[in-house]
Parts: sequence; structure tokens; C-alpha cells
Amino acid sequence: MFRVTERPIDLDELIRYVTDPEAGAIVPFIGTTRNNNEGRKVIALDYVAYPEMAEKELARIGADAAKKWPICKMAIVHRLGPVQIGEASVIIAVSSAHRDAAFAASRFAIEEIKKTVPIWKKEVFEGGEVWIGTQTGQPLPDR
Amino acid sequence: MIVRIKFFAMLRERAGVAEVSKEIAPGSSVADLWRQLQVDYPKLAVPGIRLLYAVNQNYVGVDHRLNDNDEVVFVPPVSGG
Repeated sequence: MFRVTERPIDLDELIRYVTDPEAGAIVPFIGTTRNNNEGRKVIALDYVAYPEMAEKELARIGADAAKKWPICKMAIVHRLGPVQIGEASVIIAVSSAHRDAAFAASRFAIEEIKKTVPIWKKEVFEGGEVWIGTQTGQPLPDR
Repeated sequence: MIVRIKFFAMLRERAGVAEVSKEIAPGSSVADLWRQLQVDYPKLAVPGIRLLYAVNQNYVGVDHRLNDNDEVVFVPPVSGG
């Protein structure tokens, strides 16, 4: 299960999806929106995506993780649109026979998401708004 | 030949449009297209920005040669998660 959604992400659905009789561990990771960033008081976040490619890249991450570690199942769902402070912006769930593989695959997935998946976050803070980007991290000069 | 370009996030705001079709010379590369788009949309380029390039939803290098009807996206710094 690799998708983007404009609705709140249902953790239970992901857990059910990765539940497997051969698994001895399920690792969930929940990325949540924080109320501060680089000294700014963040009011809300707004995510946009190139949705078709984002889902392809999420699936690619799942396939790469399955090559690196003996995992049973993986699910990644990323939220789009406005996300309030404290809500989940991304949830990853991984199951494996033994816990090490699931922990490693989960960590790998979140790091890859931040590098290659075409999803962008606009931060609305007190006094302005800015597109966040890990390749430069710079705000738009004319905003 | 004609290619379709989709803009997202900061590039969509700077272009003022979500999607355009553009006629380009056969054999044009992604870099050639980016140069021509900056003429069409003078505000498009962000100084110092590092882009990734996607053609038909796969990442390619900047020298990748385009084909008729390709879907091209210039990917500004991603920030999912």
C-alpha cells in the first residue's frame, strides 16, 4: 500500500495491511507536524504532490527496502492538503519476521521520502509562509 | 514535437500556471527546455535552486533527450515527511 491522500491517515488500516502470520514484529512510524521550525512559530502546514509520481516513488522505496531487508509487508501513506499541528503527515508500517529488519526498513523509508518523493510542504507561520525544501531550504525571495 | 510540462509548488506559483504544452526542436534536452521556459516565464528561475528532473514520472539527468508528448516536471527541493 503506497499512496497519497487528502484525508486523515488511518494508522489501524496500515497496521491491518502489514499484519502477516509470518511476522514477529510490526514497526509503525508516524511523522507529525510540529508547531515550530527554525525559530518560527508554525500555524499550519500545507502539502502538495505530483501525485502519480509520488505514489510510484513510494512503491520504489518499498521495493528497495524489500531487497535490502527480509521484510514481510510495507505500507506508506502520505497526507496532502492542509495538515493541522500535531496531525500525522506520513505513516509508515513495516512487518518482518524479526524486529531488526522492520526497524531498519522503516528508518530507510522515511529518509528516502525526504530525498526523492515529489511532495512539497508549505509552512504557514506567524507573519508569512514559505516552501520548505531540503535541497536548499531557502524561502522564495519575492515573498 | 510537443511536450507537456507540469509545474508544482514554488515553480507553479512562479510560473502562474499548473500545466503547459510547448513546441520544441527535435532532439532537445531537459536543459534546453528549462532554458526556453525561463524565457516564457521570466520569474521561473530561483537563484541557487537545485532541481531534479522527471520525464514520464521517472527521474532523468539534465542531458536526457526529450520525445514527442513527454510529460516533463522540474522538481523543486522536496520536503515530504
